[in-house]
Amino acid sequence: MIRFILLQNRQGKTRLAKYYVPLEDSEKHKVEYEVHRLVVNRDPKFTNFVEFRTHKVIYRRYAGLFFSLCVDITDNELAYLECIHLFVEILDHFFSNVCELDLVFNFHKVYLILDEFILAGEIQETSKRAIIERLGELEKLD
Amino acid sequence: MDTIMNPFSSSTRLRDMIRAIRACKTAAEERAVVRKECASIRASINENDHYYRHRNLAKLMFIQMLGYPTHFGQMECLKLIASSGFPEKRIGYLGLMLLLDERQEVLMLVTNSLKQDLNHTNQYIVGLALCALGNICSAEMARDLAPEVERLLQFRDPNIRKKAALCSIRIIKKVPDLAENFINAAAALLKEKHHGVLITGVQLCTDLCRVSSEALGFFRKKCMDALVKTLKDVVNSPYTPEYDIAGIADPFLHIRLLKLLRVLGQGDADASDAMNDILAQVATKADTNRNAGNAILYECVETIMSIEDNGGLRVLAINILGRFLSNRDNNIRYVALNMLMKAISVDTQAVHRHRATILECVKDSDASIRKRSLELIYLLVNETNVKPLTKELIDYLEVSDLEFKGDLTAKICSMVEKFSPDKIWYIDQMLKVLSEAGNFVKVEVCHALIVIISNAADLHGYTVRALYKAFQASDEQESLTRVAVWCVGEYGDMLVNNAGMLDIEDPVTVTESDAVDLVETAIKRHTSDATTKAMALVALLKLSSRFPSCSERIKEIVVQHKGSFLLELQQRSLEFNSIIEKHTNIRSALVERMPVLDEATFSGRRAGSVSTAVSASPGPSTGASLKVPNGVSKPAAAPLVDLLDLSSDDNPVPSSSGSDFLQDLLGVDLSPAATQSGTQPSKSGTEVLLDLLSIGSPVQQSSSPVADIFSSNIATKAPASPLHGLTSLATQPVLAASPPAASTKAASPIIDLLDGLAPVPSIPEKNGPAYPSVVAFESSSLRITFDFSKPPGNPQSTVIQATFTNLSSNNYTDFIFQAAVPKFLQLHLDPASGNTLPAGANSNLTQTLRVTNSQHGKKSLVMRIRISYKASGKDVLEEGQISHFPRDL
Repeated sequence: MIRFILLQNRQGKTRLAKYYVPLEDSEKHKVEYEVHRLVVNRDPKFTNFVEFRTHKVIYRRYAGLFFSLCVDITDNELAYLECIHLFVEILDHFFSNVCELDLVFNFHKVYLILDEFILAGEIQETSKRAIIERLGELEKLD
Repeated sequence: MDTIMNPFSSSTRLRDMIRAIRACKTAAEERAVVRKECASIRASINENDHYYRHRNLAKLMFIQMLGYPTHFGQMECLKLIASSGFPEKRIGYLGLMLLLDERQEVLMLVTNSLKQDLNHTNQYIVGLALCALGNICSAEMARDLAPEVERLLQFRDPNIRKKAALCSIRIIKKVPDLAENFINAAAALLKEKHHGVLITGVQLCTDLCRVSSEALGFFRKKCMDALVKTLKDVVNSPYTPEYDIAGIADPFLHIRLLKLLRVLGQGDADASDAMNDILAQVATKADTNRNAGNAILYECVETIMSIEDNGGLRVLAINILGRFLSNRDNNIRYVALNMLMKAISVDTQAVHRHRATILECVKDSDASIRKRSLELIYLLVNETNVKPLTKELIDYLEVSDLEFKGDLTAKICSMVEKFSPDKIWYIDQMLKVLSEAGNFVKVEVCHALIVIISNAADLHGYTVRALYKAFQASDEQESLTRVAVWCVGEYGDMLVNNAGMLDIEDPVTVTESDAVDLVETAIKRHTSDATTKAMALVALLKLSSRFPSCSERIKEIVVQHKGSFLLELQQRSLEFNSIIEKHTNIRSALVERMPVLDEATFSGRRAGSVSTAVSASPGPSTGASLKVPNGVSKPAAAPLVDLLDLSSDDNPVPSSSGSDFLQDLLGVDLSPAATQSGTQPSKSGTEVLLDLLSIGSPVQQSSSPVADIFSSNIATKAPASPLHGLTSLATQPVLAASPPAASTKAASPIIDLLDGLAPVPSIPEKNGPAYPSVVAFESSSLRITFDFSKPPGNPQSTVIQATFTNLSSNNYTDFIFQAAVPKFLQLHLDPASGNTLPAGANSNLTQTLRVTNSQHGKKSLVMRIRISYKASGKDVLEEGQISHFPRDL
């Protein structure tokens, strides 16, 4: 299961942090700091996986943004890598050509999208179209 | 929508706040903006302003993401959740998930709102509530709301069903007892056509199987065929743009299904059998050019490895891993390594075939791959391949990244320790590791090495010379320094005289002063820590005796530390200085080689605290036969040899006035007793020190009676071993061990106290049954014969007449005989008949020993002896154990 999802830029500013396991605020900040340090200096040729404490962080870099998923050590790394990409495609579709600023100013919408994609640390929907349609319906209600 | 109701469009909008924060140039500016914003939000909260409530909360969420405290907004979440509109509820639930977690008490208050929303007519609001519940549900909430969630598993809208399914996972993880309620509903979800619902249903079933064996049995029985069919359909499905990822239809669903099949097949031959065909199909059909295809293949291999054995499939799986391992994509290689670790238990041989490739991966530039492959290599090590593998890894150690050295070193040390075929190889490898990465070697590993060295008597010379060379080459490695210093201290003489030379060695020429140089370098180096310096001090003390010619220089080095800021070093420096300066006669006995360290004891203790491998005392040598009781360790983890602590706390004589600093230091002063007895001039510190160190004192013709008395006294208390003494002396008051009155007829109380203070006439009482004489000890240069007699009426006592015969052609001077006995015996040594033993068998020395056996009839006598003397100007020391006493003594 996914334990947390982080979106961070290269400077380590958190753009989105979703925790599916309870953590103290101070612990969250520590985790964010450590994950950023782990992923930021890795060569693009390296694996997209780093071991983090007793778990594993699957990360992928899109322009200046790092998408990091912390998952159980036994989980399928390649699948979660694909999962990050799907999430990015959804964001890209929703914001039509997403950039970091979209995520900053519309952070609450990013959470909304994420909640339609992942719930309780598990994938909820794998169809990009279904999620986009659902988001359209929710937008109308706002 | 009303502008006031819209959270993000009024005057100080969320957007404006984010802009203001982004415009900040410094952290201080940002803090100021946030502080201002928080103040106005608090004011707004206090006014109970519900128009701006959701906007305030949205701002708080942003502030929280920046890392500022926002707990004051928690109640606002609850208020928003309780309001009626969707936008308010949306922000309220979002705030709930971000600002609170399951451990907060406040959460209890939200249970009722959640319950209402789960029953709401608006399905979007039901969706919000399910989402919040799935992400932050606590055990109490799980119990309260499980029925609602269960009902929603059959909701008409698939969006709600899939959310309810994932919510159920959270619930059964929090309260596994609830699992059985969900089994039927979960099984129904497996028949769904909607991929979203299906994937969440499969996931729910997987988690149900984990928490409930009942569920596992149920799904095995009822759902196997359906699941296999579903997977078959997904694998063979035509192109579906909706779920297509890189030309593969819904890889996520593939993977979830394979995972559930794995759980069901594990430990169940029938279930495993049912899925063989489809697994083979997935494994052959997957597109390996895409990450998604490899992800499926990877999951499939894992399932094949985990389910009950099917030889054909496993060969297929191992082959896939082999292909993965040679893939150019690092991610694929990583997962291959990961999976090979699991494959080891299935087919070790197959994994061994890839050893060379795995070894290459250890040298990869990517830390993740290195770590995985190192662990894998470690699992592959066995007796036959340990040598080449260790060589490879040690070679790599030289060039590896600094941050990887720790891991690598630990693994190398561990495999060397586990599989080393012989001691010399072990020592060689460890020296290489110490020279390369000594700073990364753990302290226990060093101690283990020292124990091994100590036990390899024939390699002492070789080791100390190798260490000397290694230290010359790289002296910046802390651990190397420690081991080198210890060995030079112990075996320094072998370094200089090239004793025990092996054929493979190149001879080295090391002078005594070179050896001292090494220790001096270690002690003076700035990077050396206190332990290293302390070890170096002890080594210096030892060398001062091994190399009398360097004694002065050593003294100077030792003295330099008397001003050390570290108390331990300061104290030792003063003590050692005093020993070097004033007590040359006992020094050699004091600092002789450590007894062989007991490997079994060490490994038993190793799990725990700091090893005492280096803090054992250099007291009288004890053979390996005397086992140190397990768990004996110094109370204080003083890294230094606690030379003088040995008996300082178990001497019952109270301290009065200290004339000698050593006496003072040790908290004992025996001079009042001595003066009262009125025998002879007060003793020098030597005797006290001797006494305390329980190493016996010179029994010399010329010495005062007091000294003699002490020597006998010492014999009584000399513990069987110094370590033994650590525990036993405390319970056995040294001076109160008064012998039966038979031997001390005229004893005054003080004499009693001092245990045989009066010089005992050395006329052996000729009584009791006759015992045969024994040759107690014989070496090439010395023979000791014991004659026994029993005083009448006291079967416990034995009088032993020891006769020393010089078998060499040199005269012995300063001849001293010492003896120690176990606790159940008491021993008196009378003065010897002289302290010079001329050459030739016809001139003898004699000495009387009186032994009292408290276990008479049960145990026979046993004794450890030591003889020191000077032969043609050289100090000689001989030791032995006598256990062949006649019975019934």
